[in-house]
Amino acid sequence: MDYTLLFVQTLNGLQLGLLLFLVASGLTLVFGILDFVNLAHGSIYMIGAFICASLTLWLGNFLWAVVIALPVTGALGFAVEKLVARRLYEKDHLDHVLGTFGLILVLETGAHLIWGPAGITVPLPAWLDGQVELFDGAVIPSYRLLIIATGLAVAGGLFWLVNYTRLGMLIRAGASNRTMVSALGIDIATLFALVFALGAMMAGLAGMLITPITTASLGMGGQIIITAFVVIIIGGIGSMKGAFIAALIVGIIQTMGRSFLDQGFEFFMSENAAETAAPAVSAMAIYILMAVVLAFRPQGLFPPKVR
Amino acid sequence: MKRLLGAALVATMLTGTAHAAEVKIGFVTTLTTGGAVIGNDIKKGVDLAMEHIGGKMGDLDVNLIFADDGFKPEIGKQATDKLVKQDDVDFVAGYIWSHVLMASRKSVLDAGKFLITANAGPGPVAGKLCHKNFFSSSWQNDQTPMAMGEVLNQNGVKSLYIIAPNYAAGKGMVAGVKRTFKGEVMGTDMTAWPTQLDFSAELAKAKASGAEGLFVFYPGKAGGAFMKQYQQAGLKDSLPLYTTFTVDALSLPKFQAAEFTDVLGSQFTQQWDPTLDNPQNKRFVADFRAKYGSYPSFYAAQAYDSIFLIKSAVEGVNGDLTDMDGMRAAMEAETYPSVRGPYTYGNNHMPIQNFYLREVVTDADGNWTTKIVQTVYEAHQDTYASECSLN
Repeated sequence: MDYTLLFVQTLNGLQLGLLLFLVASGLTLVFGILDFVNLAHGSIYMIGAFICASLTLWLGNFLWAVVIALPVTGALGFAVEKLVARRLYEKDHLDHVLGTFGLILVLETGAHLIWGPAGITVPLPAWLDGQVELFDGAVIPSYRLLIIATGLAVAGGLFWLVNYTRLGMLIRAGASNRTMVSALGIDIATLFALVFALGAMMAGLAGMLITPITTASLGMGGQIIITAFVVIIIGGIGSMKGAFIAALIVGIIQTMGRSFLDQGFEFFMSENAAETAAPAVSAMAIYILMAVVLAFRPQGLFPPKVR
Repeated sequence: MKRLLGAALVATMLTGTAHAAEVKIGFVTTLTTGGAVIGNDIKKGVDLAMEHIGGKMGDLDVNLIFADDGFKPEIGKQATDKLVKQDDVDFVAGYIWSHVLMASRKSVLDAGKFLITANAGPGPVAGKLCHKNFFSSSWQNDQTPMAMGEVLNQNGVKSLYIIAPNYAAGKGMVAGVKRTFKGEVMGTDMTAWPTQLDFSAELAKAKASGAEGLFVFYPGKAGGAFMKQYQQAGLKDSLPLYTTFTVDALSLPKFQAAEFTDVLGSQFTQQWDPTLDNPQNKRFVADFRAKYGSYPSFYAAQAYDSIFLIKSAVEGVNGDLTDMDGMRAAMEAETYPSVRGPYTYGNNHMPIQNFYLREVVTDADGNWTTKIVQTVYEAHQDTYASECSLN
């Protein structure tokens, strides 16, 4: 058993999980508090990435670009809420799906028109482009450590926000019983807009963080939104803690599957068959987990207290 | 008055059959999604070819219809069906992706029309599923990685780790390199295609395996993502990179803008290079650079060739598009000037051609491009030709 490899893969899984958490947290907040199914969350992830990429090429510095792009993405979330989401709250979930699906098409085509199909490759500053040797043989790219640190910091910040501030209290109350909160005189419309903008900022941040590793490209939101939905279903809709733990579980399962499943399969099938079956099965693994959770605990692993 | 009207009516009906004075070509490529980067370059190559032939093949006008496959087999098949049934084209050409080609080929061949692939070349279409009306202006997928395997042997690489996407072409690349590479394959990772863009787990495994070299195949944007992560993992000295179809004229400008200096000096195999010294290629590369401001990719070169291949067929029968046997014979004779230089066709209508080792260098103007280091194979034929039942 190569413990160094195991450690490195665990860190990789942690990094993937934290990025998923950033996307899933916004989704679960919006679904849990606003009761709004937002398929376009993945498109905001993509647009956040593009805005940051363009700013990086213009300013020449990735970190400043992130700092500026975050409020811009938040403002975009605010605009989406005012223009699209607000009209759909009263309606059925299916109408939410239709509306936000249309929004996906608009945002994707808009991105294609503004930035073209080629995508944008973002250079990193030299100090982030190197590697860090944690201990004998365990070499991690510095940038991935930065992602882990940022993800943990945001998770910590959200935890503080939700549990120790008035806004957080309103959010938790809104997740429990929206009507009562409104009846108590809280401006629910502004609260909703803020929650939406917060969710958009976090999705945008995830997009910005992944861009230097892959590229800012069209369609990048499509895959992550599906995995994010799986995460919030496993974790429990409306629950930040659930989203955090489920995201880490999903990230680690996916990474461990890619790393070690083919060796596991080689015990009882040929090398060729193992090499073909392993990626397929590791891709299925999270959906199987979701099905199991839905079968035995349909409200998710850590559901918020019932409204 | 009635007679005049009657005569006019007959005249309009006669001119309605003007279709006979043109040749219709349907070109299936990727114009939306991230894959459109390749499709746009192909379109540039085809448009340049149309300019060079003056929009005519023999006496016939060329009616060129582009169709988008959206990077998906089902959309590609729909687009192909429309070209064949609704537009009634005479030739269907294009197909970047092997899985789109596999889904669409039957629609064209069952309708008795010519199918020219300008890129994809999965094993089955060169072997068991070969067809008299199917031609390639590119290569068979396994050939390029087989050439790379040969290069690895010549460079004395004893062990290899392989990472490739899990679809038809990815499997072909892996099979190709394993066929010729004589050393030990330490491990193979097939990644989910086209969704997986984070290769951290696979790179960690590759490093832990202790292999002497890393072979990858990642066309399109996945190639950019992989190269980034390879650079960030700092593996250039411990695990040198050998690729096919991952580094090309489309990705090099982006790598140059993002300063991925690790890509300079990397090597890959191909059947064509912009520096090949023949008149057709010189004209193609010079006019492409003048018109579009960038080097053409091999995708554009192959698409450019496909137009000239079709032209040789049409001119070979003097514009009589009903003479399928004549057109087929004209194409089989390979009389058109290809940008890769002269080549011949095998029984399965796949090219028998040279393969070169290309290296990434900086040209005189400071742009990153490639040059040929050596010829790896001369007049190489694909391994599936023997499975093809054509003569």
